[in-house]
Amino acid sequence: MLHIVNKSPQEKNCLDACLGVATDGAAVLLIEDAVYAATTGHPAAAKLEQAQSRLKLYVLRPDLEARGMADRLIAAVTAVDYGGFVDLAAEHTCQSWL
Amino acid sequence: MEGVVKKFMFVNRKAPYGTIYALESLEVVLISAAFDQDVSLAFLDDGVYQLKKGQQTKGIETKNFSPTYRALDGYDIEKLYVEREAMEARGLTEADLLVDVTVLSRRELGMLMDGMDVVLSF
Amino acid sequence: MKFGILVNEGPYQHQSADSAYLFCKAALEKGHEIHRVFFYHDGVNNASRLTEPPQDDRNIVKRWTQLAEEHGIDLVVCVAAALRRGIKEENLAAGFRISGLGQLVETGIEADRVVTFGD
Repeated sequence: MLHIVNKSPQEKNCLDACLGVATDGAAVLLIEDAVYAATTGHPAAAKLEQAQSRLKLYVLRPDLEARGMADRLIAAVTAVDYGGFVDLAAEHTCQSWL
Repeated sequence: MEGVVKKFMFVNRKAPYGTIYALESLEVVLISAAFDQDVSLAFLDDGVYQLKKGQQTKGIETKNFSPTYRALDGYDIEKLYVEREAMEARGLTEADLLVDVTVLSRRELGMLMDGMDVVLSF
Repeated sequence: MKFGILVNEGPYQHQSADSAYLFCKAALEKGHEIHRVFFYHDGVNNASRLTEPPQDDRNIVKRWTQLAEEHGIDLVVCVAAALRRGIKEENLAAGFRISGLGQLVETGIEADRVVTFGD
């Protein structure tokens, strides 16, 4: 399963909800405002670091770059471009945490 | 397409009336019944409020669509799952819900979701 | 692989229409097929040909039309959601068609994957 999260974790609980439901081995992709979760100093970053042993974590690079956060990406999360997003979606059934 | 049966899950995570998502999600669910697919509904987070008994919408001049959930079994849509942690976090129990559901933990819902072919979330 | 795309938000207000479009473009570049893009909820506003963004902004509606013309993609607007929001044949942009919700369920059945973009 590919879980797609697009909300800032300081605005909505979608990331927490997703991490609670995602089973071991699942992929999680952060897009749009969810990309802030994967940046240094953000309270959600610690949660992602904790989850990295059981989940594959990705962030959409163009959304990170658009928000001026590209240089603050944490090591637990892998940046992908839209092509990488397509590859992940092709590989898994998708659930969007709207 | 003839004869193909896929496992569909409709994921509802939003409260009713504040936004239209719950109502329009239900409209898709009703249509899906005509396609003879294996349909499940999951109510997570604020989505559990959709099933709260006693909704009275006269005062907001909006149609009360909650009785439709009770009519779903007439469309052979009988798999309704509710997240236990979501109910507990909102002070709700099964007795507060207007329809019979299966209560599952987050973890169990995750496993159920893993087995789906199509997940549509509203 | 055949992708079905669901767009639940209108253009400009929310990024989802942009994300959905860029996903479609990347999927096509990789040789995948877009089976259908289905517009639901406020997503039906993606189909309004009355949209007039400022010159220096992207034209989201036109971008969909071009994608449909160049790649023969089926852009379907939900009729019930569209009528609620004043989207009708007379203001429908080129490349879009109005049809029933059954088209969304059909995409779920016929496509290998459905990806949802919304708020």
